[in-house]
Amino acid sequence: MTIDIKTQVIQPKRQTFKHVADRLGGDRAASRYEEATFDLQPDVNFHYRPLWAPQFEQFDRRRTAIVMRDWYDLKDPRQYYYATYNIARARQQEAADSAMEMVERRRLLDVIPADWLETVRFCLLPLRHYEWGANLNNAAITAFGWGAALTAASCFAMGDRLGMAQLLGRIGLLLGGNTETALIAAKTRWVEDPAWQGLRRMVEDSFVTEDIFELFVAQNMAMDAMVLGLVHDHFGAECDRRGATAIPLLLGFAAEWREDNARWVDHVVRVAAAEGPENRALISRWAADWSARAADALAPVATHVLGTAGGARAMEDLGGRFAERMVRLGLA
Amino acid sequence: MRMMIILPFIGIIERETTMNVQKKISLKDRYRILTRGLDWETSYQPMGKVFPDVGFEGIKIRNWDDFNDPFRLTMDAYWRFQAEKERKLYAVLDSFSQNNGQTAITDGRYVNTLKLFLTGISPDEYMAHRGFAHVGRQIPNAGLRISAQMQALDELRHAQTQIHTIGQYNKHFSGLHSFRRMHDRVWYLSVPKSFFDDAVTAGPFEYMVAIGFSFEYVLTNLLFVPFMSGAAYNGDMATVTFGFSAQSDEARHMTLGLEAIKFILEQHEDNVPIVQHWIDKWFWRGYRVLTLVAMMMDFMLPRRIMSWKDAWDIYFNDAGGALFGDLARYGITLPKYVDVPAKEVNRLSTEAWSIFYQYTHAAAFHTWLPTDQEMDWLSASYGPDWDRLYRPRFLHWRQMEKEGHRYYNNALPQLCQVCQIPMAFTEPDDPTRVAFRDTVYRGERYHFCSDGCKNIFDHEPEKYVQAWLPVHQIFQGNCGGASLDQVLDWYGIEKGVDNMDYAGSPDERTWKEWEAMRGRVAG
Ligand SMILES: [Fe+2]
Ligand SMILES: [Fe+2]
Repeated sequence: MTIDIKTQVIQPKRQTFKHVADRLGGDRAASRYEEATFDLQPDVNFHYRPLWAPQFEQFDRRRTAIVMRDWYDLKDPRQYYYATYNIARARQQEAADSAMEMVERRRLLDVIPADWLETVRFCLLPLRHYEWGANLNNAAITAFGWGAALTAASCFAMGDRLGMAQLLGRIGLLLGGNTETALIAAKTRWVEDPAWQGLRRMVEDSFVTEDIFELFVAQNMAMDAMVLGLVHDHFGAECDRRGATAIPLLLGFAAEWREDNARWVDHVVRVAAAEGPENRALISRWAADWSARAADALAPVATHVLGTAGGARAMEDLGGRFAERMVRLGLA
Repeated sequence: MRMMIILPFIGIIERETTMNVQKKISLKDRYRILTRGLDWETSYQPMGKVFPDVGFEGIKIRNWDDFNDPFRLTMDAYWRFQAEKERKLYAVLDSFSQNNGQTAITDGRYVNTLKLFLTGISPDEYMAHRGFAHVGRQIPNAGLRISAQMQALDELRHAQTQIHTIGQYNKHFSGLHSFRRMHDRVWYLSVPKSFFDDAVTAGPFEYMVAIGFSFEYVLTNLLFVPFMSGAAYNGDMATVTFGFSAQSDEARHMTLGLEAIKFILEQHEDNVPIVQHWIDKWFWRGYRVLTLVAMMMDFMLPRRIMSWKDAWDIYFNDAGGALFGDLARYGITLPKYVDVPAKEVNRLSTEAWSIFYQYTHAAAFHTWLPTDQEMDWLSASYGPDWDRLYRPRFLHWRQMEKEGHRYYNNALPQLCQVCQIPMAFTEPDDPTRVAFRDTVYRGERYHFCSDGCKNIFDHEPEKYVQAWLPVHQIFQGNCGGASLDQVLDWYGIEKGVDNMDYAGSPDERTWKEWEAMRGRVAG
């Protein structure tokens, strides 16, 4: 039988765990995010070297050239722990489902001109393989990164990218008249079409990038800025202009997710860069290199969708905004 | 407005509409298209460089596409199911904390099982999360990779929800406040820690067999059922709710483990002996970790669920027997040393609890001697040998307590190089002789508690010589100092609060205050 709180007051002996209190600067009520994240990753007294990478410890700060006094400074501004993460995504997915249902029910795809519909298939559907690559890269960050603050958030990002790949897959099913045809064609494009090879090459290069924070910057900041910027800002606007409003509607979840994810990415980059000039120089170089490569790789896709001049304008716009973002995040 | 847009394209609408024969795609196809269709064969970077960790273990895969996905979960469904479970779980946790649910347990001693769980098991849930992330990065097949990734997410869930659940007890009881620090340092916690470190540092296939199969499928019932039923029997509604909530995850994990091992075995006959050794190894390693569970069941639960012996019979002998019958067609046999647990089943928990009783000053939970009634239960469960061999020991210690000379063992014990349990287990065929095994490797002698642990060492000596053995580390001065006080500080154990007997502990005082309150409310 529990003690009735109406008649009795039970004073807790402590508010939270000691390692959490140490970080909060005293024993205070901690948030669920803090209790579920701080110091969760073991950091000492590992028993064995990994058979698959004996040059490293089981978890190893030397997986990146980035140095942090405390990797738990890289907190998730969204304060996601497993429950809040899944609840947030389930809600967004529900909205995405109703958008999709509405597009089907009102046959909104039918109003899109055939040639533009083909352009949509060309430029949107192969990106599910890009998302799949992003899933793999965030799995790598989760496996090899340091500290639960970074790696729990990257694990959620890993799930997100699978979700995004499958959202594009569902759009592909719609665009294929509920058959696999459009998706099969998209995969062939991803693997063979010259316009897509720059991006595919870059994604495959990212798979073998060893520095785990470089991988973070390459994938979650630089490549995403260019690829998702082209899709949601330029391509989305063009869809609106061409009466294909169903497409931005179907991509609503992805667009919203992109903002949510960027909040996390920006915060991590800003804090890591502010740690010291060496970090800042490294991150700046990675961001500049990978974004420039991404811009080159995407140019043929942009041209295909927006025409030569339009494509060039779009890439210029994305490059300019990326440069501004770098300044905003304290990168050189 | 919309009409104006639509009208110019009437012709197109008609064409598209006739194309749109709205076929229904089966769920199976839908899953195949949405998940399995994502992979491509890399060519700008060779597959071997993109997935470098799948080759070195010697496992041969003829065709990755043969892997059968047991759940066919897409991410949207995953979010939906898991969000629903989390909403319900956290609603219970909120009300548990508002209503001081921790006062409803059977007895203050019960919380010590939660201390064992939070310091020993929850950090391993976290390790399982990282291990599955590694598999989820390394396996070059979308189906298996996604299943592993979802398990990586689930295991993070388990770690985090356990922290939140038991966090309520941390506000009122000792020994829980530094569970992370303790897990990486305290001597007996190196048993579960080294277990998971061992798995995570193994290759992706061994990890799947070790955790996905041996642990999740063969042994998990022996870990979670006792803890969760123990919670139910002892009025801990928060932990029960967590346990129920995790059950559907566990069902998924067990199925994945079984599918994965069948897949590996079916791919090539050369895989069979490799997998057989992993099964032998991880059965024994898991069984040794379960020593802590045996002790919890037989000595720590104020209200017992069943004896360790009954649990072993039900969850290993019956369930495991059927399982290995199933695997026989691949040439897989029961694990090596599978007969040993039955031989030591009557004494395992007693030998373990005796260690903790003697080293109570160095433990992060409280100990006590069994009451007469509890000893009667033990002898009823374990037969006349228990009365003959162990009751006198406890009665002797009880007498010493009465005389003001409670027995403490101040010598640092020798630890098994593999399982890291103090060398206190007796010979399988002779409960009066302590078992010692050893191996000389590169001029050094290494000690083991059993043939099972020696066998593991002899297969991979270069791995197990690296073990971070808590007692060696104290001798080498790596644990805060040479005195007990210094070591306890370094462990994060608050002296006179977290350690020593339950009798006279702050926990006991807290519990008695609540009982008194209850008396006043009732009276
Ligand atoms: Fe788990
Ligand atoms: Fe051992």
